[in-house]
Amino acid sequence: MPLTNQLRDDILASVPNLRAFAISLSGNGDRADDLVQETLLRALANIDSFQPGSNLPAWLFTILRNLFRSDYRKRRREVEDADGSYAKTLKSQPSQNSHLEFEEFRAALDKLPQDQREALILVGASGFSYEDAAAICGWAVGTIKSRVNRARSKLSALLYVDGAEDFGPDETVRAVIGGSGG
Amino acid sequence: MKDAKPPTNKGGLNAEIQSRIGHQLRAMYDDVVRQGVPDRFADLIRKLDASEPASPQMNNTGDFNAKNDGRD
Repeated sequence: MPLTNQLRDDILASVPNLRAFAISLSGNGDRADDLVQETLLRALANIDSFQPGSNLPAWLFTILRNLFRSDYRKRRREVEDADGSYAKTLKSQPSQNSHLEFEEFRAALDKLPQDQREALILVGASGFSYEDAAAICGWAVGTIKSRVNRARSKLSALLYVDGAEDFGPDETVRAVIGGSGG
Repeated sequence: MKDAKPPTNKGGLNAEIQSRIGHQLRAMYDDVVRQGVPDRFADLIRKLDASEPASPQMNNTGDFNAKNDGRD
């Protein structure tokens, strides 16, 4: 369909989510914004292929994911975000405690296989249905589900079992969860 | 300290831990969403919109070449 004002506004309104997706995938703020820019240029150049009434965010996420995948293959992990530059992209700096926790979570997320990370972000953070996430990735719905589950298991193991000794496990976890012992 | 670990089933996921992971994931994601639309993207869309919807071409200096200005 042609680029109407409405469509342009809708694309613009998707930018915050596209950025969050790109940063979650790449762990690097600058690279993420380049990905978003490239996504917007591609989307506008191919706007005729967008079906009116279909899911615009899913269409844009598909473009971004494909760009990330081809980019990822080229660059691998050479620009690893080891010094925490991701955190610098945040406007509000988290407090000391939650900052440490945030870094641990980010590090654990980066340890997931890429397929699992994508599935978890799309369903668990972007809020897509399993069906939409499956369409974005070009996978079967069952594949998405199992990858989300495996991602959660692995994060759980990384954050709450393997690394438990690092931060005084029981009290910390319980204090944050709200004191409900298991 | 081995017996002080949070209660985790070997086989299944502890529900508290699972909800905690979901919360952390969304907190990380929503921090970025709340930043809104950076000017760079608003400007980009505005500029493209002002020209034409067909595929814009940029040269290395960033000028738009999408319009036919009469040269052949």
